[in-house]
Amino acid sequence: MMDHDTLQDPLAIKEEILSKYPPKVARKRSKSIVVRDPENEQKIQANVRTIPGIITQRGCAYAGCKGVVLGPTRDIINITHGPIGCGFYSWLTRRNQTKPPGNEDENFMTYCFSTDMQDSNIVFGGEKKLREAIQEAYDLFKPRAISVFSTCPIGLIGDDVHAVAREMKEKLGINVFAFSCEGYKGVSQSAGHHIANNGLFKHVVGLDDTVKEGDFKINMLGEYNIGGDAFELERILELAGFTLISTFSGNSDMGRFANSHTADLNVIMCHRSINYMAEMMETKFGIPWLKVNFTGAKATAKSLRKMARYFGDKKLINRVEKLIKDEMAAVNEVLRETKPRCEGKLAMLFVGGSRAHHYQELFNELGMKTVCAGYEFGHRDDYEGREVLPDIKIDADSRNIEELFVEKDDKRYRPRKSAEEIRSLKKKGLEIGEYDGLMAEMGKQSLVVDDISHYETEKLIEFYKPHIFCAGIKEKYVVQKMGVPLKQLHSYDYGGPYAGFRGAINFYLEIDRMVNTRIWDLIIPPWEKNGAEITAEYVSL
Amino acid sequence: MASTEKNFTATTNPCKLCAPLGASLVFKGVRDALCLLHGSQGCATYIRRYLISHFREPVDIASSSFAEAAAVFGGGDNLKNALTNVCSQYHPKIIGVATTCLSETIGDNVPMYISEFKKANSRTDLPEIVHISTPSYRGTHMDGFYDSVKALVVSLARAGDRTDQIALFPGFVSPADMRYLKEIVSDFGLPRVMLPDYSETLDGPLWKEYQRIPKGGTTYDEIVSLGRSQAVIEFGHTLKTGRSAGLPLEEYSVHRYTLGLPIGITLSDEFFGVLEQLSGRKMPARYAEERGRLIDSYADAHKYIFEKKAILFGEEDLVIAMASFLFEIGVVPVLCASGSKSGAMEKILSEMGARYGRTISVRGNADFSDILDEAKNLAPDFLVGNSKGYAIARELDIPLIRIGFPVHDRIGGGRLLHLGYRGSQELFDRIVNTIIECTQAKSSVGHSYM
Repeated sequence: MMDHDTLQDPLAIKEEILSKYPPKVARKRSKSIVVRDPENEQKIQANVRTIPGIITQRGCAYAGCKGVVLGPTRDIINITHGPIGCGFYSWLTRRNQTKPPGNEDENFMTYCFSTDMQDSNIVFGGEKKLREAIQEAYDLFKPRAISVFSTCPIGLIGDDVHAVAREMKEKLGINVFAFSCEGYKGVSQSAGHHIANNGLFKHVVGLDDTVKEGDFKINMLGEYNIGGDAFELERILELAGFTLISTFSGNSDMGRFANSHTADLNVIMCHRSINYMAEMMETKFGIPWLKVNFTGAKATAKSLRKMARYFGDKKLINRVEKLIKDEMAAVNEVLRETKPRCEGKLAMLFVGGSRAHHYQELFNELGMKTVCAGYEFGHRDDYEGREVLPDIKIDADSRNIEELFVEKDDKRYRPRKSAEEIRSLKKKGLEIGEYDGLMAEMGKQSLVVDDISHYETEKLIEFYKPHIFCAGIKEKYVVQKMGVPLKQLHSYDYGGPYAGFRGAINFYLEIDRMVNTRIWDLIIPPWEKNGAEITAEYVSL
Repeated sequence: MASTEKNFTATTNPCKLCAPLGASLVFKGVRDALCLLHGSQGCATYIRRYLISHFREPVDIASSSFAEAAAVFGGGDNLKNALTNVCSQYHPKIIGVATTCLSETIGDNVPMYISEFKKANSRTDLPEIVHISTPSYRGTHMDGFYDSVKALVVSLARAGDRTDQIALFPGFVSPADMRYLKEIVSDFGLPRVMLPDYSETLDGPLWKEYQRIPKGGTTYDEIVSLGRSQAVIEFGHTLKTGRSAGLPLEEYSVHRYTLGLPIGITLSDEFFGVLEQLSGRKMPARYAEERGRLIDSYADAHKYIFEKKAILFGEEDLVIAMASFLFEIGVVPVLCASGSKSGAMEKILSEMGARYGRTISVRGNADFSDILDEAKNLAPDFLVGNSKGYAIARELDIPLIRIGFPVHDRIGGGRLLHLGYRGSQELFDRIVNTIIECTQAKSSVGHSYM
């Protein structure tokens, strides 16, 4: 095992990995594997096409749009327009939870609606079937909104899902909107996030101007309530004195989205999946945004303080401080127990577009070191920070994702802070509208790998022999076959929440159990272990 | 009463999966093989995550990763690049190229791409490449499964000197079922080739060293040798009229037995009868004993389950065999449903019901909303099927006996044993004990002696 403080130089393993690829592939992958050197500015290649035949962690635009962003909203009926597979595979698989306010309130998340297209629909078109499916969903459930998600064949056969949506919206008098999120759009699920942001912004945000009661109104963006994270954060925000207008999109409903433009601050958890929404809301309605991280107890405390400083209200600041003090007592008690058993152990994180960054905080709190990390579908700004945005070249795959043209709303644009106030807050160190990215978190000679392949995973595990590997269900069982525990950070291994203070406690306990499990000691039977030990055991008997 | 009529145009809570999933499974059961899905990478990712959530084992499926340009101009280059990279990284002996709705919709000529790839790489030691057409707008995962077994047989099996060997096509059964089937056939002294065989790859131990393609599965040579078998046994009632992989073997004069999945006494007897006939041996004592114990337990437990009503759903062949078993133990499968619409199930089950003097409802092309609508009027005592029936079980407040695939809300999906006398015994005990547990839990008196 490697020493906690001095990391072994991974350059040799990087070269070994690349040497096994055909030259063209090696050149391409080389740019996505970076040995960290914090003293120099470093570039990473990200958000580029996956090389065909290389087994990737990535999914598709449909998964990002329907599964990730729209999936956690309970009162919109989501109809998958296409053959049956995609609808089935995205049916409840992300483990996002929801809590309707009352027993009578709708929750459609447990349903899977699909047009289940057949041969003849592919040949003659599926618009008629889609129209009927929307009508049926309306007749059965009378929902306030229906949305339609296109899978691969739809764009190809030329079904105009948007026209059908407009027509049915007119006919039924409810909100009906569609997404062209065919699986071949973009290079990963990231394209689907963008498409979803655009659709929600165009069709839902700003529909309800009612100004709700409450102080310090915020929206929480990029929080999807996996394993109940949003419930814990709602608890904390309420205790701290913030008023949560809407979450995009954990434990959310349509009405809250519609009203979200009345908030005075957007806080972003997952920068990758939702930054578009924050920017568009800022341009159109004048709402600034802050990057926050509620993964990790200290990170949660830091984020709450940032939010309080933004509003600058003395009472709020005091209330936040009191909350942090109260909550940290329980957190520290668990850390005292778990940290000594975890300290110095190594972690590898390959997940998402923000989790590979955020979860490093939790491991830091346990005294564990992240030696190697990367995103599945991040872009360069998620690695290098938003200051690289102007340098990012728009390639063909990004160009075919619609970029909405957003302007100030004549009537409803209201700058929440004057330019002068923003300048002054920034001067005092409040990072408004900024994100530094994952690489800033990673120390010298740690390794950053974008869109890691199966083969690279295997080689890097051999090299680092980490105590824990964090990824998703596709990686879980192959990594565990190698004797390394894998923590799923998509579905949380059916546990959670891990966000906020109570979430941090859950995570410490879980990681302690995983890195200190004795299961692996049982692999080799006693008679195959070295003879001296057995003799010694006999003697001790 | 039999019907393939759906109540609605849309499918709500589907009772079927898509064809490439079936193909992916079959290639997990072939040694040193890898499946490559020709389409956008989401298909491979979704199918991997779904199979893994049931088996809790590594499942690698490659993808030709279409982007928009490939969708417009054709995926030839993507497929060839994918084949090159799969070969160089994984060194497979066999690659199964299964299509998706994307590549099928644009009409990609996959056989042509494969032959161009072979031509361009004629000097290297290329793996065998087997192509299957699996658009998800046609059929279900079972069509993908059966078509892939058939494609392997058609592409690789060859004639030759006749051997004693039995070819066994088990269909979509669990790794535990496969291990038991191999044990049975060996105990009859018969050499056999089972296709597919994912009993090790999808239910394997920890690794001492890294395996790029997990060990196990039917070998290339074994598949070639299928043409020399004395007989082929394939499971699946629907294969009698449908896409049998045994049929092409008949061209090599291999005698074909198409049987139902051996669940319950009647269907297991048929299987063991064929083995007796083929081996010329009596059923080994251990199986005769298993059979005896099973019937003994039927008699012991009849009071708990006789005349109970069950709703049964899943793949057609599993539903048919399970229905036969349920009738046998005195349970009435009041509704038998499947997402497939081959039409075969309706006929077979209506006849089976008639033999037992029962009118049962049989629905092909069904989804869970159809099943729930009908269930509300049937007052069933329990459900039998995969984890996707949980929502109905919860709504009706009745237990769900988990069988088949997917079982992702319990551990051990791959170790569920359904087949033969032993598998039927496990199913039987589970069903009876679930009923007893329910009675016990709902009783106002705390009985501990039932």
